[in-house]
Amino acid sequence: MAHSAVPIVPRWPGAAAAALVLLLTFGTLGAVAWRAEWAGGLAAADWAAIRFTVLQAFLSAAISVILAIPVARALARRRFFGRDLLITLLGAPFLLPVIVAVFGLLAVFGRNGVFNGLMEWLGLGPVSIFGLQGVLLANVFFNLPLAIRLILQGWLSIPAERFRLVATLNAPVGRLLEWPMLRSVVPATFLVIFLICLTSFAVALTMGGGPRATTVELAIYQAVRFEFDLGKAALLAGVQFALCVSAAILAMRITSEAPSGRGLDRTVQRWDKARVSVDSLWIIAAALFLLVPLAMVVLRGLPGLMDMPVSIWAAALRSVLVAIGAATLCVAMALALAVRGGFLVAVIGVLPLAASGLVVGTGAFLIVFPYIRPADVALLVTLLVNATLALPFALRAIAPAAAQVREDYGRLGASLGMSGWSWLRLVVLPRMRRPLGFAAGLAAALSMGDLGVVTLFAGQLEETLPLAMYRLMGAYRMETAASAALLLLGLSLALFWICDRWGRGNADF
Amino acid sequence: MLIFDNLTLRHGGFKLSADTVFPAGDVISLIGPSGAGKSTLLSAIAGFLSPASGRVLWQGEDLSDLTPGQRPVSMLFQDNNLFPHLTALQNVGLGLRADLRLSGQETETCKAALAQVGLDGFGDRKPGALSGGQQSRVALARVLVADRPLVLLDEPFAALGPALKDEMLDLVRNKLHAAGKTVIMVTHDPADARRVAGLSALVAGGQVAGPVATKKLLDNPPPALADYLGQGWQAFRKRG
Repeated sequence: MAHSAVPIVPRWPGAAAAALVLLLTFGTLGAVAWRAEWAGGLAAADWAAIRFTVLQAFLSAAISVILAIPVARALARRRFFGRDLLITLLGAPFLLPVIVAVFGLLAVFGRNGVFNGLMEWLGLGPVSIFGLQGVLLANVFFNLPLAIRLILQGWLSIPAERFRLVATLNAPVGRLLEWPMLRSVVPATFLVIFLICLTSFAVALTMGGGPRATTVELAIYQAVRFEFDLGKAALLAGVQFALCVSAAILAMRITSEAPSGRGLDRTVQRWDKARVSVDSLWIIAAALFLLVPLAMVVLRGLPGLMDMPVSIWAAALRSVLVAIGAATLCVAMALALAVRGGFLVAVIGVLPLAASGLVVGTGAFLIVFPYIRPADVALLVTLLVNATLALPFALRAIAPAAAQVREDYGRLGASLGMSGWSWLRLVVLPRMRRPLGFAAGLAAALSMGDLGVVTLFAGQLEETLPLAMYRLMGAYRMETAASAALLLLGLSLALFWICDRWGRGNADF
Repeated sequence: MLIFDNLTLRHGGFKLSADTVFPAGDVISLIGPSGAGKSTLLSAIAGFLSPASGRVLWQGEDLSDLTPGQRPVSMLFQDNNLFPHLTALQNVGLGLRADLRLSGQETETCKAALAQVGLDGFGDRKPGALSGGQQSRVALARVLVADRPLVLLDEPFAALGPALKDEMLDLVRNKLHAAGKTVIMVTHDPADARRVAGLSALVAGGQVAGPVATKKLLDNPPPALADYLGQGWQAFRKRG
């Protein structure tokens, strides 16, 4: 009989979490398919949506990566005041509610935005932001920072000794060091972004729309909301799942190791000459592209912040409560899965990446609340969906830490005869406080900014802040929308900051 | 006593056999070349490695079906012997109660154990605020309070300097051995064995030989041990 080298943790929490994730991904898809009235296969419009989804994801990833290379190179070899802050800010778009970013982008690039003002002044006609170009703009806004961080990581992973060696040989740095690095880092980065953009909904909802700029996820939304055609929704969700799984398998085969976020604070010392001006230009351009829209949100939102109607504050309160619930559930599930570990857990942990949030939500209604008016439980379902969709990111933060605790202290705990519960209480939780706080903050911020399933079923009384903001923008009440955007931005960042701060609270790790 | 009854351990392509008896109440060193299986033997006693065949018995009881926590065994590893987020007193307390729900009496016992290893008043400190030697003392105090007669030392003092290591070995002798515990320690250094271990067993060539009196083993090393100890040792021994 073999004995576990770690204290025996009860099986049921991990099993329950795994079951819940499976229920919310495959179960919901099944429920939607079960209740569907099958009226035939994919129509021409659906094929157009599939083509558009792949096209926008491909272009978004390509543009992000191509622009990220010179910026990452500039950041890798320049040290300047504010560099660390800029790199930290590059991590922020992940926490940024889509609707807030869209608002900022509209303020800059929209019909009455700063950019078009400039164009007019130059005597050029106004540029429309809606359609493919708008979707690309928003996707690049979100993913360019990610691409920069991943590629910068690649640059900084080249050992300093190699740069020294190449310098003494007077050999070309680009061909000997940079090109091989890019060849291994760029495809993986491209695929990660491609995968993220495949499921894009909120961006397509706000910037796209119309028959020419509809993604699969948006088509699912239209099928459920306007036609209540569950068969089509299920079919499209299946298509989306297949697309994501193909891309994910491709990504896994290409990605050799997960790039970590560590060590971005150093620069590469190198001896070949490069013009400072080119690097500066790239850094300034990237910073402007990312910061000006956010600055616009702050500038436009600040004046009316205190004059917002009560309904907005009520929506904010609802969003915060949903975010806290979703973060709690998400972290509990992630912890239960991570403590058990293993291959199956890893697979279950990434499943939600490929799931359609809208189908998860619709299916959850059909499974859990078949006889209740959807609006009555819209927030509860939103909470469930948000917790599930954030799970892969939470698990990514928590699982390595859990494995490390097992590795470092598993045998000690086992030899002391700790029970599973003592092990969790005395060792796992205190030692994992930092990743737990980070994951909770991430889940809370993602939930806070979520504009997904809530759009399907929520009425006026179930509005979350992003939904309220979306409706304000739809009604062209831009001043109130601006203030709501600022509030949403502040709340998202504050939730993340509080949780992350809690995680960093213990000094002895 | 600890009986290895036709024990065979396999770990990948590695194999180690043991069919011998370690007497209770002694300090016994396991000596031999690295990779010979000293730590593997400790893992089997502690319950981290299941034997391919044979049994390990302690005071007549077969340990095979007991989990590591159920065995009458305290073990100190090469590192990570303390939880850095718990105080010294809590770390010691884990030896008494693994759920740390200590009664007032038990807390006093732990404080007394800390005092015994020379750390009176250090109970509130966390390991990060202690020196390497002090951390080892805390771990020894935990072993002292635990109601587990068998103590396995897998080179827990390897990272300490020579003087500190000798201090710890003396503590092992003067506290653990004096408290009636049976101590089995892995060592690379024959001097360690001489310092504390009455008996030594040779782990080499896939076999466990002995235990015999440490002095006897080191004064007349069998060929396998002589190879390991090398020419320098031979010269040193003759000169001494």
